[in-house]
Amino acid sequence: MIAAALSALLSHWRRQPLQLAMLLAGLALATALWSGVQAINAEARASYDAAAATLGQDRLARIEAEGPIPQDVYIALRRAGWPVTPVVEGRLRLDEGRSLHLIGIDPLTLPAPAQQVDFGQGDALLPFLRPPGLLFANAETLARIDGAALPPLRLADRLPPGTALGDIGQIQRLLRMEGRISHLLLDPEAAPGPLPALAPGLRLLPPDQRNEVARLTDSFHLNLTAFGLLSFAVGLFIVHSAIGLAFEQRRPVFRTLRALGLTARMLTGLLLAELMLLAGVAGLAGLGLGYLVAAALLPDVAATLRGLYGAEVPGTLTFRPGWAAAGLGIAALGTLASAAQGLWRVARLPVLAPAQPRAWAMASARAMRRQGLAAGALLLAALGLLIWGTGIVAAFALLAALLLGAALLLPLILSALLRGATRLARGPIAEWFWADTRQQLPGLSLALMALLLALAANIGVGTMVSSFRLTFTGWLDQRLAFELYLSAPDEATAARVTDWLQPRADAVLPIFRAETEVAGRPAQLYGMTDHATYRDNWPLLAAVPDVWDRLASGDWALVNEQLARREGLSPGDPLHLPGWQGRIAAIYSDYGNPSAQVIVSTARLLALHPEVDRRRHGIRVAPDRAAALADDMRATFDLPEAALIDQASLKGFSVQVFERTFAVTAALNVLTLGVAGLAMFASLMTLSGMRLPQLAPVWAMGLTRNHLAWLDFLRTLLLAAATMVAALPLGLALAWVLLAVVNVQAFGWRLPMHVFPLDWLRLGALALLAAALAAAVPVRRLARLAPADLLRVFANER
Amino acid sequence: MNVRILALCLFASPALAQGFAGLGQQAEGFALPRRGDELTFPRDHGAHPDYRIEWWYLTAVLTGADGADYGIQWTLFRSALAPEAGEGWESPQLWMAHAALTTPDAHHVAEKLARGGIGQAGVTPSPFAAWIDDWQMQGRAAAGTDAISALDLTAGGAGFSYRLALDAQGPLVAHGDGGYSVKSAAGQASWYYSQPFYAVTGDLEVDGRAIPVTGQAWLDREWSSQPLAEDQIGWDWFSLIFDDGARLMGFRLRDAGAGFTSATWIAPDGTPEPMAPGALRVTPLRKAQVAGRQIPVDWRVELPDKAVDVTVSALNDAAWMGTTVPYWEGPIAVTGSHSGRGYLEMTGY
Repeated sequence: MIAAALSALLSHWRRQPLQLAMLLAGLALATALWSGVQAINAEARASYDAAAATLGQDRLARIEAEGPIPQDVYIALRRAGWPVTPVVEGRLRLDEGRSLHLIGIDPLTLPAPAQQVDFGQGDALLPFLRPPGLLFANAETLARIDGAALPPLRLADRLPPGTALGDIGQIQRLLRMEGRISHLLLDPEAAPGPLPALAPGLRLLPPDQRNEVARLTDSFHLNLTAFGLLSFAVGLFIVHSAIGLAFEQRRPVFRTLRALGLTARMLTGLLLAELMLLAGVAGLAGLGLGYLVAAALLPDVAATLRGLYGAEVPGTLTFRPGWAAAGLGIAALGTLASAAQGLWRVARLPVLAPAQPRAWAMASARAMRRQGLAAGALLLAALGLLIWGTGIVAAFALLAALLLGAALLLPLILSALLRGATRLARGPIAEWFWADTRQQLPGLSLALMALLLALAANIGVGTMVSSFRLTFTGWLDQRLAFELYLSAPDEATAARVTDWLQPRADAVLPIFRAETEVAGRPAQLYGMTDHATYRDNWPLLAAVPDVWDRLASGDWALVNEQLARREGLSPGDPLHLPGWQGRIAAIYSDYGNPSAQVIVSTARLLALHPEVDRRRHGIRVAPDRAAALADDMRATFDLPEAALIDQASLKGFSVQVFERTFAVTAALNVLTLGVAGLAMFASLMTLSGMRLPQLAPVWAMGLTRNHLAWLDFLRTLLLAAATMVAALPLGLALAWVLLAVVNVQAFGWRLPMHVFPLDWLRLGALALLAAALAAAVPVRRLARLAPADLLRVFANER
Repeated sequence: MNVRILALCLFASPALAQGFAGLGQQAEGFALPRRGDELTFPRDHGAHPDYRIEWWYLTAVLTGADGADYGIQWTLFRSALAPEAGEGWESPQLWMAHAALTTPDAHHVAEKLARGGIGQAGVTPSPFAAWIDDWQMQGRAAAGTDAISALDLTAGGAGFSYRLALDAQGPLVAHGDGGYSVKSAAGQASWYYSQPFYAVTGDLEVDGRAIPVTGQAWLDREWSSQPLAEDQIGWDWFSLIFDDGARLMGFRLRDAGAGFTSATWIAPDGTPEPMAPGALRVTPLRKAQVAGRQIPVDWRVELPDKAVDVTVSALNDAAWMGTTVPYWEGPIAVTGSHSGRGYLEMTGY
């Protein structure tokens, strides 16, 4: 009996292969987008964890000072019985666009948890210790740094991407940190007592379970997750519509099976099994697709993370069983959620109820009212979150409430519009057209909601990205005011070059940077020399009067917007740094930088951090002379290529980072729109099969099939256009939330909003095209429908 | 990475001879001991970076205020990857140190490794200081006396530490031919001298318990570049302090055949008398299962020329040094024709 029932149920899919394809495609797509994003996030998180666990730093305590620790301090600690091991770390620029994170260790004092590299039978050890030394890196990094002027390289799979590990002496030389150590590591149990004050700011930090990079990139990954979720939700619209249809069409089968003695529980169980089978097949396909999506997007994501956060993530994907299980789980969950309504009805199906196909998902006035109430509640919640919500999660909850509320509201609005149109209509065909459209609305509303979401997301994200781009490029023009940027190989060279430049350049200003702390969290501290370059260009958001004179006095500081927002700082507020108490003169915009930043006068910086790296300088010169001067400097001082960067390439690099940051967003956007188009197609296909009883009388009254088909086509376009119109305000609202709420929470900066009507026109055209494509097949089918089929409607009239 | 493998490569030394390939090689570029050269002090108390391997090896037999016998070891090894001192991290000089404390029923061991050239470990001849991290052998000799005639010694590890004052009651003793000590029939040799006459006072700390001690200590200084013949697999080394004031240093280098023995008889006034190869005979009497091996812990030691026929037995059979390069090293009691105390070292088991 069970086998017979199952085969009866499954035979439906054999007769409706297109429906089956839609269901599987929808589910697979939804799973693909969701799991693709998850795969990217998992890959990135795994890299962060690997980086955090490098040298066992998640298990070892750490000793830091303000700036590098003199090697003498390391020796003094060892001789005082502290079993510390030294680490030198830094980034080495290889050439234009390529850089490498270097870690230097002393294998003789390295404690067991920090052992990262397998020296095999020890045959790699002596070469590691002795000139020319050895650098270990993983396969991907080795490929990336191929051909660079580096010591001999060797493979070590356990190293994080973009990182090379070498002997401390070797790395000190490469980073020009001779006699200096970045930090010390030790077993937290092994500290023999309180840390002696051997260097300024020397302090012992407990093992770091979660590194700063993971914290910084959290919002980026949350962004991705939100987009994945949105795509998933849109995909579920397709699934819901396909499953709903399948249930509706099989009502007679259900009734017959029940009449033959199959219990309601058994029937529900069989349907559930069928659904899980479908979910499994589609989930597997979705996983495969998701893997491809992730693999395609990951290089861009990796480039973004490297450019924006300095976080190293490999450009290739690793397969993780946990990820696959989660993907299948979400596919099953999505299927169940989409089928819940149908299953509920089947379970309560009275055996003797007439097998009358109800108009599928026909919404009653009461259902409409309920939907309106839900929409209102969601929009109210969005308003509440906007006013009282704090944090990135609240910001995304606001987004979700806004989008869902608006989507639920859409059928109500369209219905009202159509009612109005009906009243205005003159002539029987026009009146029938509007009435018929209204009658179809419930069946199409899910697809239209999906389209609304996709369009609104497109408008919103597009507006955000374009606003950001406009602001960012303008800001870059202000911020990158120097014609040339010098990073001399060492301080002596820097001094010689700046002397040489005095008669040749308009100005040479130091760009010195130290690490500091504000309210217990790390911040960058820059020194600024009073000069027209800054007075004319620096992008201030808010300032006290005479800001530049105050800064030059050494008692005032500038802070970036991120820091000001994080700590609630305003111009005039006091600011406390280790060793200095000053006040805030201004807040400046600092897009693209995830870290807190403080600027003081160069004199103040040097007083606070006398050991600061003095190799970087900005050079002002007439723009047309910049290239010649750069060539001259390279030739005179034998400077490496990377030591001098001109403004244009720096801008180019920054813009490139920016573009990559949003390449992923754009790709997900297009995919979401594609899914919405598919949802539309699925609904129209569904409806076209069910509408014959409505069309047949009209046809019988003399409307040709072609005419009917054209009217159907027009209707689809009209509904799509109406949805696009509705998506516009929603998209703009979304953009505003993204710019003014999400960005502030995620990155710490607020951007002015710019609108780009031309983009809307393009998107509108795209939406109509998608609708036209979706409608093409059902409309063609209608135009070519055999008259006999239409006639049969009357014969079969119930 | 594996520090053990590292140390195996770098510190396979004669004292710790395990038959590693690294020592079979020719000592390319390294200095070799030449018969006829003379030891010069205080210079030779310091390091000899142009030799491949060198050590400052101190053992002490002690008696606690509680009446129990104790032994301690303090050893600093130097190993050069190239025959030059070098500066900073580039220095090819590497250092390893072992500290141990033996009681009748426990044996504590600690080990340290360090790079040369950065100040973490090293030896200066005058004023004398040998150190690695916080382990120190610090000279406090009065002006005009030998730089190592008075030393302060500290070291410690998990569950133990010691702080001892050492004062030499006799002269330095050169082994072999004025310090030129032959190590095989084929003529491999090292520079080798000792200060076997230290009187010791100080404190041990074992598992948090402080124990005042007194006793005697013996410092061995040895450096070389290619000390072992290729077929030699290990050695048994004895330093015996007899109650009558005489001392005996003797070792047997084991190979596939009868082995090679050498000894120095040290009169109570410090006059050394090198014994002919083969004059010393050592025979295992009892073996104990230690660290999964059969280790001879009681021996018969005979030196007929000096009418020595004694039995030496370990204070603690389990004096196993489970360090990077493992070996046995512990205090012994001497009975028979002579009585006294001493230290026994056995490698290659």
